[in-house]
Amino acid sequence: MVKITIDNVQVEVEEGTTILNAARKIGGEVVPPAMCYYSKLPGTGGKCRTCLVEVAAGSEKDPRPMPKLVASCSTPVMDGMVVKNKTSERVHENRGAIVEFLLINHPLDCPVCDQAGECHLQDLSYEHGAEKTRYEEERRTFDPIDIGDKIKLHMNRCILCYRCVHVADQLTDKRVHGVLNRGEHSEISTYIEKAVDNDFSGNMIDVCPVGALTDKTFRFKSRVWFLKPMEASCACDKCSGNVLLWMFGNEIYRVTARKDKYGEVEDQNGKPGWICNTCRFEKKSPENWKIIGPRTINRHSVISQGKYISPRSNSTKNISNGNK
Amino acid sequence: MQSLSNRKKVVSNKKMTFLERIYLPAIFGGMWITFKHLFRKNNTLKYPEEQRVLVPIYRGLHVLKRDEQGRENCTACGLCAVACPAEAITMVAAERVKGEENLYREEKYAELYEIDMLRCIFCGLCEEACPKEAIFLTDRLLPANFERDEFIYGKDRLVEPIDQRIDISKRQHTGKRTEL
Repeated sequence: MVKITIDNVQVEVEEGTTILNAARKIGGEVVPPAMCYYSKLPGTGGKCRTCLVEVAAGSEKDPRPMPKLVASCSTPVMDGMVVKNKTSERVHENRGAIVEFLLINHPLDCPVCDQAGECHLQDLSYEHGAEKTRYEEERRTFDPIDIGDKIKLHMNRCILCYRCVHVADQLTDKRVHGVLNRGEHSEISTYIEKAVDNDFSGNMIDVCPVGALTDKTFRFKSRVWFLKPMEASCACDKCSGNVLLWMFGNEIYRVTARKDKYGEVEDQNGKPGWICNTCRFEKKSPENWKIIGPRTINRHSVISQGKYISPRSNSTKNISNGNK
Repeated sequence: MQSLSNRKKVVSNKKMTFLERIYLPAIFGGMWITFKHLFRKNNTLKYPEEQRVLVPIYRGLHVLKRDEQGRENCTACGLCAVACPAEAITMVAAERVKGEENLYREEKYAELYEIDMLRCIFCGLCEEACPKEAIFLTDRLLPANFERDEFIYGKDRLVEPIDQRIDISKRQHTGKRTEL
């Protein structure tokens, strides 16, 4: 076990843990935001640079500060390390710059985008972004592409976090999509728009931090804050069957995996709760599901607006535990 | 005991005088006050022949604006409906198909857009929330009606007609408040 101080909070973690995961162990304000790192997908991280933190002291043996900001998602902790996230002016300034870079090519079409309201880039730019863009050149634009008949790819909105590529690599048996070209020209693509045809391909919608990959069955149907997220389960032989239904009255508008406060899928039965395409795209009738109860949402989130019921009571919690 | 509010009045049942008992002086006194009002300035307007002058930013009936090319500005983002404290706004979005580029400005548009004018409190928060400069309140008044259904305004009555644009330029100010 090693001791590490993040924003004046001390925590003891296992050796080899990254700074980001140590911060998540503390939780709350000290956790750096992450656009590309996804704890459920090994190999992610290190691409978006939003999680950069300042290391004020490298370790107990060598307490010199690290000269540059380091990516907290891929830097392992050392004993006696002192990390500054919220308390560092440099980190704050740098994060604003990163947001500006991410928004260079990102269109400001939040009123159209289906991800608005649960978009990580929206949250990030709300907190760190500038009011106006300084970018004068033309933004790169692509036409929206269909990846299979259920997923829409808006390459304009992509920030190249590579999460979906890791989903394709790790969850599906035959990888059919990846990143083409380099640098400014890189783009997510399938091999000549070959349909991604796999039972777990829909999970790339869930991992996408922006609105680049969206559910075609939910396209423009509603806005997330008008819908009520309900926890539900079904007997599915391909996945855990524990999902989140986004309902409007008795209608199911969309089905997603259950996500935690970092926007990552929650563990179900000790495994990441990825859901299969049948559950996600085809079971849109309430008869298919056993509805457990409303999901507890942070009351500061826009999704909790207009939901007048109290958070789920203890009785329903017991039912959901019984199901697991 | 002294009252806390100091406004307590003790009711007296004193005997009325003869003049008070015949009531006539009080009746004529009242009629004199009524008569005096005939020669005073009128406080009411004879609507609809006469109309009150409204300030340019009066918050009346809504309008859904079109842009210079006549395309609808509204993209059904739902922010007006979230901002609405009376929950008067409903909408259903649809995707623009090829060939409709001259009708709708963005790739998504409101297929159905309804404001329940009986719920609306004309606070103007929808106008403030709109990121696309689509919804504005105007200085038109909401007409009265006999049917409740008639107060649910759909797109047919909210979107400005293409040949009869509604001027809202006086409501728009760029950062600085203009003089009214």
